[in-house]
Amino acid sequence: MSGRSRWMPLIQAILIANAVLVLAPMVFMGLSAFKTTREIFQHPLGLPAVWSLDNFSRVWVEARFARYIQNSVMVTAASLALILAFGAMAGYALGRFRFRGNDFLYLYFLSGLMLPIRLAIIPLFIQMRNLNLLDTLWSLILIYAASGLPSAIFILTGFFRTLPADLDSAARIDGAGEWTIFARVMLPLVRPALVIVTVYNLIPIWNDFFFPLVFIQSDHLKTLPLGMTAFFGQYYTDWATLFAGLTLAAIPVVALYVVLSQHFIRGLTAGAVKG
Amino acid sequence: MTLSADGSRAGRSPRRGLSMRAGRRLWLAIFLAPAVVLFAAFVTYPILSALAYSLYSWEGIGRRGFAGLGNFIRLFTTFPYPRLLANAFGNNVIVFILTMLVQNLTGLGLALILARNPWGARAYRAIFFLPVTLSLVIVGFLWALFLNPVFGVVNKTMGIMGLGALARPWLGEPGIALITLTLINAWRWLGFPTIVFLAGINAVPEDYLEAARLDGASEWDVTRRIIFPLLAPAVTIIVILTFIGSFNWFELPYVVQGVSGAPNRATDVLGLLFYRTAFGEVDTGLQDIGVGSAIAVLMFIMLVTVSTVGAVFLRRREVEMG
Repeated sequence: MSGRSRWMPLIQAILIANAVLVLAPMVFMGLSAFKTTREIFQHPLGLPAVWSLDNFSRVWVEARFARYIQNSVMVTAASLALILAFGAMAGYALGRFRFRGNDFLYLYFLSGLMLPIRLAIIPLFIQMRNLNLLDTLWSLILIYAASGLPSAIFILTGFFRTLPADLDSAARIDGAGEWTIFARVMLPLVRPALVIVTVYNLIPIWNDFFFPLVFIQSDHLKTLPLGMTAFFGQYYTDWATLFAGLTLAAIPVVALYVVLSQHFIRGLTAGAVKG
Repeated sequence: MTLSADGSRAGRSPRRGLSMRAGRRLWLAIFLAPAVVLFAAFVTYPILSALAYSLYSWEGIGRRGFAGLGNFIRLFTTFPYPRLLANAFGNNVIVFILTMLVQNLTGLGLALILARNPWGARAYRAIFFLPVTLSLVIVGFLWALFLNPVFGVVNKTMGIMGLGALARPWLGEPGIALITLTLINAWRWLGFPTIVFLAGINAVPEDYLEAARLDGASEWDVTRRIIFPLLAPAVTIIVILTFIGSFNWFELPYVVQGVSGAPNRATDVLGLLFYRTAFGEVDTGLQDIGVGSAIAVLMFIMLVTVSTVGAVFLRRREVEMG
């Protein structure tokens, strides 16, 4: 294409400008985390005079980030485990067996894709209170697991359906039990779907702020996004510490993204992009 | 739940009889029960309750008598609700329109560029998408520090560049706070429409483009007459998701501007109004679960209608295109 080379410099200029727009704030955040507050105010754009880790250690210990991160990891891991286990079991039943009510159940779960569950926060709050789950990590795990099921069942049912029909009959002739067929024969075959489900749910659960804000009171139970707001209120004049906190909070997701960016892009746009 | 006589899709001999059928039924129940119970208890039941709550009057957290549409009438007629509702709704509309214009048009432009596979396309794609993974709490606080009127790097940089006269409290001026907030949101989300549009463009069959170019069509003609029409499903998806996202706004205004939508409710949106009405206003102590539920029901109807209409629209387009 002749037009192609002519426009390339302009195209590269636009792409570089946008990349700078995306990366500069993050680089600036990371650099500021090593500075003192005075340095941030006086030389906001320069490199830190001394590369000191003091800010990070203050955030990690004083501001309880270790605790917040631990809570976030527990909540995310437990929710994902429930979504994957229950989603795969239901997807297997719906995708591999014909029974009366199959279509109804499938549509019932699918309806959850469109329901904005946050709008039910008042009944959920009262329900959690009655179950004595307010101010526990279980309140978060249950709500994330339940609201993650529709997409998981949608994705997994579709995958189970595409597996050849003789697979389970062969295993049955060999005398394998239902659970063995599911766990040993079928589940390994839908591993790509399990990866998509994991990525699709991982980031929204890890980042969620709304449900912890409503359900969690105790500081030692706060997840990272909620802990950040407490931290900001406490250190609001101490910018060096604030930037260190922001950097530390961003590191887990950014690190994961650097390693798995293609999975993340595919997983997070699943549903909006076909195939 | 009952099994139909033919059992599994894999098929089996009908003579093996009832015990096996009962066993199959038990297994199906075991496979389905955890998901059904969890989903019913923590999604279906709360959502149905939310609809019901709006029809009762409330005192604090205690439910009183049946109120019919009383809460909705209060929401639309009793001070200060109508004014707050109109203001918040209007702000949501502004966020939606601005996001469509700034974020999604930029995303479309970047996708058109990336689709020509320039040098480094994969790396650019990964960089542009990176902020989408960041928590809105981090993004909000980060930009709040950058945009601080006295110490923030944005105004400082403008000063160095000789644009000091344009420096202002970007988040503190009622006329521009909402625009600033929408731009922060766009910084975080831009990679998303870019990837969706890019996938849409890459799905256009190469033959169509080749044929048009052989017929002497210019690049602009190819883009306008072939790529744009075939991009319609991606556009529909982005419009729906932007609508849902704009009307679900909560984290960003909450973190950056506080629960009341400072300054002077210039960044108040339905999500904040709903939260304050349900859990109590900081400044006025106003809490009304009935009216809060009414707001939730209205938002619910709006969001479900838009996603249903959108889904039907998409399905029909796909059928037309074969």
